[in-house]
Amino acid sequence: MLNNQGRPTQPAANDAGAMHATFTGNRALMQEEPLLFEIGRADVSGVDAPAPKAVASRLGAHARQGEIGLPGLSEPEAMRHYVRLSQKNYGIDTGLFPLGSCTMKHNPRLNEKMARLPGLGDIHPLQPVSTVQGALALMQELSRWLLAFTNMEAVALSPKAGAHGELCGMMAIKAAIAARGESATRTVVLVPDSAHGTNPATAALIGFSVKPVPARADGRVHIEDVTPLLGPDVAAIMLTNPNTCGLFESQIQDIADAVHAAGGYFYCDGANFNAIVGKIRPGDLGVDAMHINLHKTFSTPHGGGGPGAGPVVLSKRLAAYAPVPFVTRDGERLTLVEHADGESFGRMTAFHGQMGMYARALSYMLSHGADGCRQASEDAVLNANYIRACLADVMSQPFGERPCMHEALFDDHWLKDTGVTTLDVAKAMIDEGYHPMTIYFPLVAHGAMLIEPTESESKASLDLFIATMRDLAFAAKRGDVERFSGAPYHAPRRRLDETRAARAPVLKWTAPAPIEPAQKAAE
Amino acid sequence: MRYLPLTDADRQAMLARIGVDHIDALFADAPRDKLLAKPVDLPHARSEIEVERIIGRMAAQNVSASSAPFFVGAGAYKHHIPATVDHLIQRSEFLTSYTPYQPEIAQGTLQYLFEFQTQVAALTGMDVANASMYDGSTGAGEAVLMAHRVTRRNKAVLSGGLHPHYVDVVKTLSHMAGDEVVALRPDVSATEDILAAIDDSVSCVVVQTPDVFGNLRDLSAIAEKAHKHGALLIAVFTEAMSLGLVAPPGAMGADIVVGEGQSIGNGLNFGGPYVGLFAANQKYLRQMPGRLCGQTVDAEGKRGFVLTLSTREQHIRREKATSNICTNSGLCVLAFTIHLSLLGQTGLKRIAETNHANAVALAEMIEAEKIAGILNESFFNEFTIRVKGNAAAVIEKMAATGVMGGVPVSRLLPGAGLDDLIVVANTEVNTDEDRAAFVDALKGAL
Amino acid sequence: MTLKFTKDHEYVRVDGDVATIGITDYAQQQLGDVVFVELPAVGKQVAAGAEAAVVESVKAASEVFAPVAGEIVEVNSALEAAPATVNEDPAGKGWFMKIRLKDKAELDALMSQADYDAFLKTLD
Repeated sequence: MLNNQGRPTQPAANDAGAMHATFTGNRALMQEEPLLFEIGRADVSGVDAPAPKAVASRLGAHARQGEIGLPGLSEPEAMRHYVRLSQKNYGIDTGLFPLGSCTMKHNPRLNEKMARLPGLGDIHPLQPVSTVQGALALMQELSRWLLAFTNMEAVALSPKAGAHGELCGMMAIKAAIAARGESATRTVVLVPDSAHGTNPATAALIGFSVKPVPARADGRVHIEDVTPLLGPDVAAIMLTNPNTCGLFESQIQDIADAVHAAGGYFYCDGANFNAIVGKIRPGDLGVDAMHINLHKTFSTPHGGGGPGAGPVVLSKRLAAYAPVPFVTRDGERLTLVEHADGESFGRMTAFHGQMGMYARALSYMLSHGADGCRQASEDAVLNANYIRACLADVMSQPFGERPCMHEALFDDHWLKDTGVTTLDVAKAMIDEGYHPMTIYFPLVAHGAMLIEPTESESKASLDLFIATMRDLAFAAKRGDVERFSGAPYHAPRRRLDETRAARAPVLKWTAPAPIEPAQKAAE
Repeated sequence: MRYLPLTDADRQAMLARIGVDHIDALFADAPRDKLLAKPVDLPHARSEIEVERIIGRMAAQNVSASSAPFFVGAGAYKHHIPATVDHLIQRSEFLTSYTPYQPEIAQGTLQYLFEFQTQVAALTGMDVANASMYDGSTGAGEAVLMAHRVTRRNKAVLSGGLHPHYVDVVKTLSHMAGDEVVALRPDVSATEDILAAIDDSVSCVVVQTPDVFGNLRDLSAIAEKAHKHGALLIAVFTEAMSLGLVAPPGAMGADIVVGEGQSIGNGLNFGGPYVGLFAANQKYLRQMPGRLCGQTVDAEGKRGFVLTLSTREQHIRREKATSNICTNSGLCVLAFTIHLSLLGQTGLKRIAETNHANAVALAEMIEAEKIAGILNESFFNEFTIRVKGNAAAVIEKMAATGVMGGVPVSRLLPGAGLDDLIVVANTEVNTDEDRAAFVDALKGAL
Repeated sequence: MTLKFTKDHEYVRVDGDVATIGITDYAQQQLGDVVFVELPAVGKQVAAGAEAAVVESVKAASEVFAPVAGEIVEVNSALEAAPATVNEDPAGKGWFMKIRLKDKAELDALMSQADYDAFLKTLD
């Protein structure tokens, strides 16, 4: 017998459009998800705990009165809630994430496994030093690798992020200037226009005044622009190398020499160190202090915006001013110096810094080795230049046809008169399944698009990306504005109203007002 | 190398497409004599097995909190973390995403930040909370700077109950910024007269409760006097779990609240990464440091979330920014939020009660055995004991018998004449057997 | 009534010894949607060139400088609740503050409408 009740095995012809509205608002795998506060209940908990012992309270008069106002979720509800939220995010594991100056490279899971070893993830910063010798050894080993890659004198591990590392380096400079008795006079810090906003913010935070150094037409800082600004009032220059335009500062040694001759220090923003690891050592270029973003160069995960880690390497001239805590060797035993005496400028954070990130970064370094780290830098630079070369005829480069380092910078000149903006291009890339590049930074390029592919991309991946960007470029130039102006069309959300968010800030959920009986009757 | 997809053939083809014959041609702007000809003098690439062996050996030398009766606190606490938390934060889309600069494809991150801000505001009893700071101590430093901006004064008064490392962080930052700090003497029994230090020149008073010695402090009178003199009250806590049971700083008149959020969802990690909680009154919103997530709608009118009020931040304001901070503790925030979602107020209260009951039980045992004096009038899950002899030596002796007995105060405050004090923490993970082991070890060490 | 302009794209409309200060149409266009305005306290003395107010859009923040010295005699508090007024009517309802002039001669250093129009042409 033929079974004629079976289901069709070919889709029926149907041209009624792909975007039927659904009852739930969901689109198959793309689920709408309410806020925790809309699905949780005050009397539900996803954590079972035995009843506390019966004891006489010693809270004194300090007990909390009333409800906290925090709903709970059972475990299955919590799992589903946060899995659905995760599905609204784009990560490196989703696809190419060419966010310039942010270095979104592969995050090896071995590093996660290492950081979670109980002997590293489950130890307390204040337990006896005799019970954490392996942790101190790990910090020393990490320091050894960082110093070998940079050829510097000392490393302060404790800064919690890149900007915190900048603060550490600038505090060491300020302490050194104070030790020279020049606090009152050396108050100016030179910062190029192309610098990341954290540079001037950091300098200003600790009382320096910021003097800008103009950028030249080739995207670099020139010694002729620095020399006239130098004098007995200059404490330091903050220079990013490779710089925010993705270019190596070709006059960096001359600038370092001139700053030193004028009695100042050279702070190097090491955000882009990932381009030169194993190729060039900053210590060979005259750098006095540089932070290293472990979350960029050594691939500790960005985690949706932190936590990062920003150890700072210091030259001989600054090493003595490093903050506490730091690890020293006392015979067979490693010890922690936790209190500043002598020249150390003090303490930046409660404990020893981002141990979880140290473990991940060391795991990355040991895996790559000296040879692999060097190869990673070369591949990062190669990938960026390949993209640059393959898009040079359809997009525009603000500083001409020169090789870049790990990221390729384009401006919006190629979009002139198309009615399409840099932001539109970024949003159209979302529809194509890519995370957009960095846009409108650095400020020195008009409508900047900063593309950093990293070494984690295969040639096939780059080729598809390049083909996509070319297709978008042709579409913009032939006037297909609609593809851009309304984009993204296919993301979990369309463009969001930032003006509304800023004019009347709603920064937390509040319970909707209960409906009054009169109002109810009217409905 | 397992992490690098390019083959040598790919590299050659790509160099040809670029139009150069050697990779070093792309490094042409670097000084020729500084370009390294070969890898630096460090070991070469290793397999996963080899790396696991090396790091595993280092880890094995340490005594983990779960492997011993563990009573160490003073700013970081051993709590139980549900398995769900660590599973969820390792989802690729959370772990490998970036700061939500493209909100259309970052609603996951943005929504949990919004949930976090709501939770922190409720927990602290404050109007608004930011998307987090690096940790509690850097949050305290930022809070002091914020109070200076609000009051246009530059003198901070720090309570003697404030964690000594927090005191050091605030002092370092203030010293560098040219601001004044008055740090009161260590105040073991919460008897200091902080009111006497408040006058019209003071920008803020910084008070911790539960304090570093475990004492609970009422902040209402301090808030009242501070406000009378145009100063702000900054309330600090290092044990977030305490807020399940004790009065929140917002109810006592605090203007800014900063705290360490590690206790909820985050492991000890030898001190970091942790998550700084930062909340304030609505009227100081625009002086707050750090990221803020706000609600809005998209082009189709659907609710969505974005980073907002970023004109306070360094990427727009540069040297006039409220802080140089450029990140938050994203993944630690997520762990906090998931754990707190699982707990809810019911679970939080219950775990907090267990913490308190366990601490009281240990206190009663110590008192019954008369082996040490307890200095606290009141406490949550941590108290300070006075022992005969040198506390640091006692702790080392206890450790030798496999018991992590607490933090000798001399480690936090060397030279303060408090060498006979130990701060002892007790959480929901401690069992009756642990407490019996503590008492035995302490007896043996004295 | 005299109308003057500054290089920071502020206008100064003088009526007797009181000057009304606001930002120009060009300035509001450059800023984009204004989301926040911070105004000085009435009674405050300001020096010429000193920061007197703040105007913020989503993507930019800018100081509004006092183009002339004097006392702040009135501020447009309505902007605090309705900052969009700065975009909608910068020259009218979107004014920021009124300053009682200390020295009318300071006005001579500012641009006339014709000067300002010419200045704008140099910016593109």
